[in-house]
Amino acid sequence: MQLESLYQEIILDHYRRPHHKGLREPYDAEVRHVNPTCGDEVTLRVALKDAGAEPAVADISYDALGCSISQASVSVMSELIIGKPVSEALATCGEFVALMQSRGEAEPDEDVLGDAIAFAGVSKYPARIKCALLGWMAWKDATAQAMRDEE
Amino acid sequence: MTLDVARIRKDFPILDRRVRGGQPLAYLDSANTSQKPRQVIDALTEFYERHNANIHRANHELGEEATEAYEGARIKAAQFIGAADETEVIFTKNISEGINLVAYSMGNARGGRFRLGPGDEIVITEMEHHSNIVPWQMLCERTGATLRWFKVTGWDGQLDLSATGELINERTKLVALVHQSNVLGTVNPVREIADAAHAVGALVLVDAAQSVPHMPVDVAGLGADFLGFTGHKLCGPTGIGVLWGRRELLEEMPPFLGGGEMIETVWMERSTYAPPPHKFEAGTMPIAQAVGLGVAMDYLNEVGRDAIHAHEQQLLARALTQLAGIEGVRIMGPLTPANRGAAISFEVDGVHPHDVGQVLDEHGIAVRAGHHCAWPLHRALGVQASTRASFYLYNTLDEVDALAAGIREAQRFFAVA
Repeated sequence: MQLESLYQEIILDHYRRPHHKGLREPYDAEVRHVNPTCGDEVTLRVALKDAGAEPAVADISYDALGCSISQASVSVMSELIIGKPVSEALATCGEFVALMQSRGEAEPDEDVLGDAIAFAGVSKYPARIKCALLGWMAWKDATAQAMRDEE
Repeated sequence: MTLDVARIRKDFPILDRRVRGGQPLAYLDSANTSQKPRQVIDALTEFYERHNANIHRANHELGEEATEAYEGARIKAAQFIGAADETEVIFTKNISEGINLVAYSMGNARGGRFRLGPGDEIVITEMEHHSNIVPWQMLCERTGATLRWFKVTGWDGQLDLSATGELINERTKLVALVHQSNVLGTVNPVREIADAAHAVGALVLVDAAQSVPHMPVDVAGLGADFLGFTGHKLCGPTGIGVLWGRRELLEEMPPFLGGGEMIETVWMERSTYAPPPHKFEAGTMPIAQAVGLGVAMDYLNEVGRDAIHAHEQQLLARALTQLAGIEGVRIMGPLTPANRGAAISFEVDGVHPHDVGQVLDEHGIAVRAGHHCAWPLHRALGVQASTRASFYLYNTLDEVDALAAGIREAQRFFAVA
């Protein structure tokens, strides 16, 4: 039975008790992303702050509807990324995307991805990769908008 | 007339497959696409091995054979839906293309009954597949016509016909509606709506993608002016579908795609067009696929379309009873088999359809999760997404029981039961 390798306990925990859910003020950009194949959707807000030489992620909040994978993923992502400099957060995002595209072959780096390594099993199910990426892509989009608005 | 499901299953090689590490396959996704019997698979191979040539334009024996096989499939398709004449049958890629064909042809009309403009109305329904919504939205954008629609009454999955008199009026040019809903299973009273449309001079297009594969369908009985379906849901190959239209309409309607084979004469300045159906079949068509579709229709006729319908009604009755017996499961659409096809969409409280589908897949049970290309319908019912199980002639009562057990397993896994 492969179900347990896909739905790791961390994923089910975040699904049942999502972190940072519920839209918050203040924020610099808000985006709405949808997975058109299943209708899963997320509205996500990003607030940035100045932290020395470069901006950092001050806050992420969201409202979302969807499957356990998409809900847990946006929760884990928020937990992982809030407080990080934007450049480091983008690198973490890149690492997560690479893990999702690995077809179950990659050895995830826990130092970079933290709890998000629990999603490694998702990469073996092509139909679920978009679920895991929904929140991450929304964050990346919102951050790009916030950076543009700053300039 | 009964159906020997064990014998039928032997005709479908894929049903022997094991999936997800050795689970037997329970394929409950035929409303999405059906599986193919050996007879259809062999027909494709035989066509390519023995008769392959282009049609209508090859001066050799193979060309004659290919043309005869292709045009033979057109005759079979006409008979399959009770059409008066095979020249009323246009081959298309699928029903989406068939509906787009009518929509674009109407948009191309400069005069006559197909011309559309501001003040004209097209009527659809809230339970349509996106393929019977979006082409009409696009046509209305191009022409300035107005799109209107029948609403659904709620979870019982019926069209709200109380609005018929107001919706279908002297401004209505076309009413496009689904015969059997791909989500709710509801079989709509097409005849009643068609009569109302004809009374005001409007045309009627019927999306029969989910009905033609599963029950006897007669275009005249339905009162349709156009009717479309797709081959791959009816045991045929992908890439081939049928648009039927009344002969006088096909003669008057301007062409959609221009190109080879659809012309009568071509000058540099202008062209005249071939008579229907060839007027609407530009370029080299999916020839082997049309032949395969003809063989699929032979196959279903041989099994007996009444027998197939009766078998599916048995599966449906069992599935409705089983699913209704699971606490936390809510069925969308009619709860009894009357006027209902064997596609059942449902919600499981506390478990997202993607997750239900994943657990079922792990047990070898193939279903579909999502909005099934009917987003407005899901929105109307207040449902973000649903799980759908759909049955066909090769499914068994044991598979219905496996589905119910799988849903309970998903509830256990996600700790909601």
